Amino acid sequence: MGTVVAERPAVRDSGLNRLVGQPEGTRPPGKRWGKAPKASTGVERAGDRAARRLATAAGATILVALAGVGLFLLARGLPAVRAGQGDLPEGATSFWQLAGPLAFGSVWAAALALLFAIPVAVAVALFISMYAPRRFAGPLGATVDVLAAIPSVVYGLWGLMVFAPMTAGLYRWLSDHMGWFPLFAGKPSATGRTILTAALVLAVMVLPIIAAVCREVFLQTPALSVEAALALGATRWETIRLAVFPFARSGIVSGAMLGLGRALGETMAIAMVLSPTPFLMSVRLLNNTNPNTIAASIAQNFPEAYGMEVNALIGLGLILFVITFAVNYLARRVVARSQPGA
Amino acid sequence: MAVIVLDRAPSIALGKHTVRRGRRVADTAATWVICGVFGLALIPLVSLLWTAVSRGLSRLDADFFGNSMRGVVGAGGGALHAILGTGLITGATIVLSVPLGIAAAIYLVEYGRGPFARAVTFLVDVMTGIPSIVAGLFAYTVFSMVFGPGVRSGVAGALALSLLMIPVVVRSSEEMLRLVPDDLREAAYALGTPKYRTIGKIVLPTAISGIVSGSMLGVARIVGETAPLLLVAGYSDAMNYNLFSERMTTLPVYIYQQWKFKGADVASYDDRAWTAALVLIAFVLVINLASRLVAKWFAPKTR
Repeated sequence: MGTVVAERPAVRDSGLNRLVGQPEGTRPPGKRWGKAPKASTGVERAGDRAARRLATAAGATILVALAGVGLFLLARGLPAVRAGQGDLPEGATSFWQLAGPLAFGSVWAAALALLFAIPVAVAVALFISMYAPRRFAGPLGATVDVLAAIPSVVYGLWGLMVFAPMTAGLYRWLSDHMGWFPLFAGKPSATGRTILTAALVLAVMVLPIIAAVCREVFLQTPALSVEAALALGATRWETIRLAVFPFARSGIVSGAMLGLGRALGETMAIAMVLSPTPFLMSVRLLNNTNPNTIAASIAQNFPEAYGMEVNALIGLGLILFVITFAVNYLARRVVARSQPGA
Repeated sequence: MAVIVLDRAPSIALGKHTVRRGRRVADTAATWVICGVFGLALIPLVSLLWTAVSRGLSRLDADFFGNSMRGVVGAGGGALHAILGTGLITGATIVLSVPLGIAAAIYLVEYGRGPFARAVTFLVDVMTGIPSIVAGLFAYTVFSMVFGPGVRSGVAGALALSLLMIPVVVRSSEEMLRLVPDDLREAAYALGTPKYRTIGKIVLPTAISGIVSGSMLGVARIVGETAPLLLVAGYSDAMNYNLFSERMTTLPVYIYQQWKFKGADVASYDDRAWTAALVLIAFVLVINLASRLVAKWFAPKTR
């Protein structure tokens, strides 16, 4: 074996692959991967047949597992839709009274998180791919990836004990001086455990995935476009605006949607940081009373739930699964359509 | 190829000195903003790591690694049961998901044709995006169907985590297998080697460093998971050596537990939580680093 030389294309280790688990820049532009060559056309040997069946069975298992997720959640969640008052968590009168505000809370918290995370992620990606010296690009990218490696329960602990107390003063100031702004209305929270704090912690958590996708597409900007802009005397910022951004727009969108999928499903940080109020649907950012999210509500109520409450929480999980499925599907559609060279 | 049009072209001529003032100011401003925002993004990281180290060091002692929380109220106690639980559940998850993930990747690269293979590829993508809490609910429904409601066990936790780890293993293995040059496969076939032996003796050994590295990243992803284990593995204060019965605590759940059910002596609960957080962060970072080193050191030699 020692004499066999494997030639591998240079794989740029951008960290993206580790974060989203999809093939990175190794794909030849505009061309699908070739299939491995067929072995022979003759009779299949016993060993070959066994190996092929084994591998196919593994593929089928994945299919079955995912179908199982959908079906099992549906089977156990549906009874809760018909359940009435007394059986549901938090004394809800119907499943939808429970699910509506929580679905709103999930989307609202994730949207706020993206609002903060996208500009910062784009700037971080620009800094690493365009501004920092090439030598440091790798280590800097790895540093940002550390943010993705930290477990969410640790973010929860940090958000709760370090970050939330720091924000309380800011919220009081915002409420005093900008209370006329509808989002800042109401009495500010003294603990800082508001939906805004939770969204900011979420933003930190989804930042690395968006930054990794952006970095990847920024680095794939055609060198000719960049050089053309520079040759015309464009400054670095103009080069970015004229050559890099138009090329990378769909990549930024898909990165943001992958981040959205992650933010929607994030559980522990929200469950720990947020101080929730049942059935509340409110866009106010600074109050003691906050809408809860689906994922956090499941984590908070499941350990003590029994009977129909369990079914209701499983039903909520199904709703979350459908929402994240749709978001991830759209994100990948955008990625697929924006392959470099297209 | 996009045509580049500069809005105020006439003023650009010979380098920086002739660039019109407004444009230079915009460029400088952009540079400052971008560098500033990058620094801003690192503040949470620095703050979090600093807090974990400064607050976690106080309990990073032999007691922490030598005791469980059984019968402990207030100070003292440790996380041995949680470390044991993390080891057992992570081990079970690896056993469940690494062989399956590699086999599925082999299917996709070596055998997969037609709509079935496309469906598997698509579903692996979908799996990557499953919220971890949904994976926990799935494991609960499966196990409660067999063992009745309210079931909690370590192996149920491992099932939930497998659902999160399998797509990572499949994606990275698939990518590594595709990087194995077809010349190698063709050379083996030309010598009359059956396909399964070609895969076992040529393709897998060539890609093994990448597969190991990818699997380690999968471990790094699941070892910090809290939500699914909170649902199906539960929490306890005592040692549990049996994956198949009773509640089993892992380190992330231990952190949550210390925060959620703190007694009167708040500081000792918080200290334990931060120490566990420090241990967990160190563990995850070490796995990440090791995975990079494996990929680098054991990569096939290209000359």
